[in-house]
Amino acid sequence: MSTTSSRALGTPLRRVEGRAKATGTARYAVEHSAPGAAYAWPVPATVARGAVTAVHCADALAEPGALAVLTHENAPRLREPQDATLAVLQSPEIAHRGQVAALAVAETLEAARACAAAVRVEYAQLPHDVVFRADHPRLYAPEQVNAGYPTDRERGGFDAAYAAAAVQLDATYRTPPLHNHPMEPHATVAEWDGSRLLVRDSDQGSSDARRTLADLFGLDPEDVLVVSEHVGGGFGSKGTPRPQLVLAAMAARVVQRPVKLALPRRLLAPLTGHRAPTVQRVRIGADRDGRITALAHESATCTSTVREFVEQSSVPSRVMYASPNSRTTHRVVALNLPSPSWMRAPGECPGMFALESAVDELAEACGVDPVELRIRNEPDAEPDSGRPFSSRGLVACLREGARRFGWHDRDPRPGVHREGGLLLGTGVAAATYPVYASPCAAEARAEPGGGFTVGINATDIGTGARTVLGQIAADALGVPADTVRALVGRSDLPRASVAGGSSGTASWGWAVHKACRELRLRLDRDHGGAVPPGGLTVTADTTEDVRAGSEYARHAFGAHFAEVQVDTGTGEVRVRRMLGMFAAGRILNPRTARSQFIGGMTMGLGMALLEGSTVDPRFGDHVEADLASYHVPTCADVPDIEVGWIDEEDPHLNPMGSKGIGEIGIVGAAAALTNALHHAVGHRFRTLPVHPDTVLAALGAL
Amino acid sequence: MKGFDYRRAGDPAGAVAAVAAAPGARYLAGGTNLVDLMKLGVEAPDLLVDVGRALDDRIEEGPDGSVRIGAAVRNSDLAAHPAVRRRRPALSQALLAGASGQLRNTATVGGNLLQRTRCPYFQDITKPCNRRDPGSGCPAVEGAHRDLAILGASDQCVATHPSDMAVALAALDAEAVVLGTAGQRTVPVAELHRLPGDHPERETVLEHGDLITDVLLPALPPGARSGYRKARDRASYAFALASVAAVLEVREGSVHRVALAFGAVAARPWRARTAEEALRGAPATAESFARAADAELAAARPLRDNGYKVPLTRNLTVRLLTDLAEGASR
Ligand SMILES: Cc1cc2nc3c(=O)[nH]c(=O)nc-3n(C[C@H](O)[C@H](O)[C@H](O)COP(=O)(O)OP(=O)(O)OC[C@H]3O[C@@H](n4cnc5c(N)ncnc54)[C@H](O)[C@@H]3O)c2cc1C
Ligand code: SF4
Repeated sequence: MSTTSSRALGTPLRRVEGRAKATGTARYAVEHSAPGAAYAWPVPATVARGAVTAVHCADALAEPGALAVLTHENAPRLREPQDATLAVLQSPEIAHRGQVAALAVAETLEAARACAAAVRVEYAQLPHDVVFRADHPRLYAPEQVNAGYPTDRERGGFDAAYAAAAVQLDATYRTPPLHNHPMEPHATVAEWDGSRLLVRDSDQGSSDARRTLADLFGLDPEDVLVVSEHVGGGFGSKGTPRPQLVLAAMAARVVQRPVKLALPRRLLAPLTGHRAPTVQRVRIGADRDGRITALAHESATCTSTVREFVEQSSVPSRVMYASPNSRTTHRVVALNLPSPSWMRAPGECPGMFALESAVDELAEACGVDPVELRIRNEPDAEPDSGRPFSSRGLVACLREGARRFGWHDRDPRPGVHREGGLLLGTGVAAATYPVYASPCAAEARAEPGGGFTVGINATDIGTGARTVLGQIAADALGVPADTVRALVGRSDLPRASVAGGSSGTASWGWAVHKACRELRLRLDRDHGGAVPPGGLTVTADTTEDVRAGSEYARHAFGAHFAEVQVDTGTGEVRVRRMLGMFAAGRILNPRTARSQFIGGMTMGLGMALLEGSTVDPRFGDHVEADLASYHVPTCADVPDIEVGWIDEEDPHLNPMGSKGIGEIGIVGAAAALTNALHHAVGHRFRTLPVHPDTVLAALGAL
Repeated sequence: MKGFDYRRAGDPAGAVAAVAAAPGARYLAGGTNLVDLMKLGVEAPDLLVDVGRALDDRIEEGPDGSVRIGAAVRNSDLAAHPAVRRRRPALSQALLAGASGQLRNTATVGGNLLQRTRCPYFQDITKPCNRRDPGSGCPAVEGAHRDLAILGASDQCVATHPSDMAVALAALDAEAVVLGTAGQRTVPVAELHRLPGDHPERETVLEHGDLITDVLLPALPPGARSGYRKARDRASYAFALASVAAVLEVREGSVHRVALAFGAVAARPWRARTAEEALRGAPATAESFARAADAELAAARPLRDNGYKVPLTRNLTVRLLTDLAEGASR
């Protein structure tokens, strides 16, 4: 067998399951047939705070085909979960509108729905507080913020330096609640076989789902199998197990049949997490040339009373720009709202909207080109930690992006570029995202009949993970990619980390690489390069490798450029073009990478111009409950998005030399668009999303 | 969703007889609105009478240039018909600005006219809503009403009618042919829907059992041009924030004939009679168009979050009429 490197990495291989998906043969969670399956349908609470005092089930159980109604009184008892949102139907308490108050189970989906509609729940209602304000009296400093970052950081003396600065900028930015709304809803089929539990689930990590089910039901993890072969998106909302997983398993135990539960679209908002709103005050002191001397980024957000989740919006200001004096803080208030959670680039996404808008405002105040101003504030080492960067491609991305976009011809004056009734503008913003990796295990097998199989419980949420893992394996084995099969998405495969934090490929690939290297070594050393008759299997674990950490600060960087047009009569904004340049280590598969970048940028477009949920103060829920009212970009909204990257050699990452690419595309994209909007109309849009009514007001029509 | 009977009507009279006899019966056309509302529990009919085959799905152009449209004609087919596309671009543009390709292939003319409001409270049966549940209250007045009405609303209901097509039909002086138990009559599309007043639950002038069988478009004078403009949050697949349909005939620089209708501002497609009055005989200039729009919108009573609809409707009107006057749109 040849051992020359086949160099699969770096080639634009097509997704191995692409054909199955395009032709509809790929099965998603509840599409799997489970003979004898019953169907479940949740009954959402209709008060924002209080307690269930009675659940009347007689009518519901009299519906044709009704099998059971689970309530807090009769549902199986669970052990206490780490994540309190999973303690479903364990107490009468209602912490937010839309919480599951009961679960109907019936012979068919229609019957389950009818049964759920006939359940009558009585509540003792308590007054609720659902309105988030940056001056909320119950705002507090959490112990830490999401991803374990410190709540507050101070360096130097911000107040004095800011007071002494020649140029001072003080602006407040607001982002709304945002919902992930993956195409496939959160869905589970659960089936018990004695004390064994088989689950098909739509999640971003079935190792975690397995552990959670074992914990909650007091099972041996070996007795739980969670399969998530194909997942129709998650954007973070499937990053940890969600209530439908637990509900389906409970219901299946009660009716002693397999149970299918796909959450209705209208319940995704209350039950599966969202990005909480933020109010971010950014103050920058600088000299007249735009060199930053003082930087404060202070974020306020809200969480639920069930689980504390604090969006780490000020964290990117610890990474981006050199400033001798800095303050970054987070405050949060617990409201009677659904629990927020991960949504694509938590922290960086809203935080960079604020910081990159502020930097654009600073550039304007100093009369310095915003690309140049960013370059002037390039730090030698990570500002907050003082650690050297393993690599930092921001300046290269800004320069190359500016060149490709044609930035240098730009007339910086705002509000002067007209084309009939349209105003045009261009804008720039930077992007950053940290490099994460988690310990995983993987196995690699040389098959006696030829070819190789690698197995790891990774999750392909549509990113192309399966394909890229095959490429990593092929190169580590020194064989062509089409001789390797990658198995993912089953909890009986070696344990893997979540498809989140843009860390999947790094974490899983590392373990796959290690297992394949070891396999290659053993084949060559012990078997003269041949495969022994029974095949050969090797397993690897990267716990130690990953825990060894690094003395370097490791981040991906990028730069967005955008051109917008504003209709001065209607306030409608349309995006003419977007260009993203990224420095994210080695790009392992240009095809799947490109689609991640484009997807992230498209979601950033949605964040800037379309998406936003409104809390209804009277009822305590989010008004936009379906995809007709929660507007994600349509094809007509998305221009030809150009994506490029800088080839980055970074030896301090992982054996593949890659950084995460799943989230950085959304980071900064909204700021590039609102900066372009400012250039177009001469007004700063500091509150997202920017809808036509906002633009009309800015144009002075209101 | 509760169980229901389903029957397919063979002809219009049979359909009317079936629905009129059963208080809990509804006509089913494309189902793109009704079935959604059934899933939400807003509608809970005992019987669906499918009129997809009972109703005509043809479009006929008369020798005088008038057009008869069967109520079962699909939105896509209507938009593509030469009598519409060439002669009445307002209607074609309105249809194509609505919903999505898939929905337009399924939605019918009758169903589009009688689609219900998109007010979020109307669609959520766990909340009060006078239109759905008379006397329960109207949370939209204080709540989420950015998309709702500025004209002809009451403190009992501020819903809008969401159809794009209906706005163009109102401007084109279309009439609905209605078959009821007492026989056939015609109702101008602009008067089909009621303003809410104290009875928002009475959404149209139709009685239970009334069936729209056809829509009639009168002939257009040869010099008349028509067009439709819609503003929305996203570039496609979004309901209007405001829209305007117009028919305009200019002679020697003056407005000879004009019909103007506003969408997404009231519980019905809003025929802007005051503006029309102000325009007749006026010079066909942006100034007169703006003055006319202002005259119509003087009656607007915006709520906390929908005041933007006033300048938006005005600007759309000025732009559309200016374009029509200049011949940019036919
Ligand atoms: C996501 C989404 C986006 C949309 N966006 C838009 C948009 O931008 N613009 C727009 O205009 N529309 C939009 N629509 C609405 C769409 O146009 C309507 O759903 C459609 O036109 C309804 O037609 P239908 O034939 O499916 O009606 P059905 O749903 O079958 O019926 C609607 C109602 O009319 C009654 N009915 C039907 N036919 C008759 C008849 N002949 N006589 C008497 N009563 C009758 C039914 O009983 C029912 O009450 C959207 C819909 C969706 C789901
Ligand atoms: S505006 Fe009309 S439809 Fe909306 S809640 Fe009020 S009464 Fe109901």
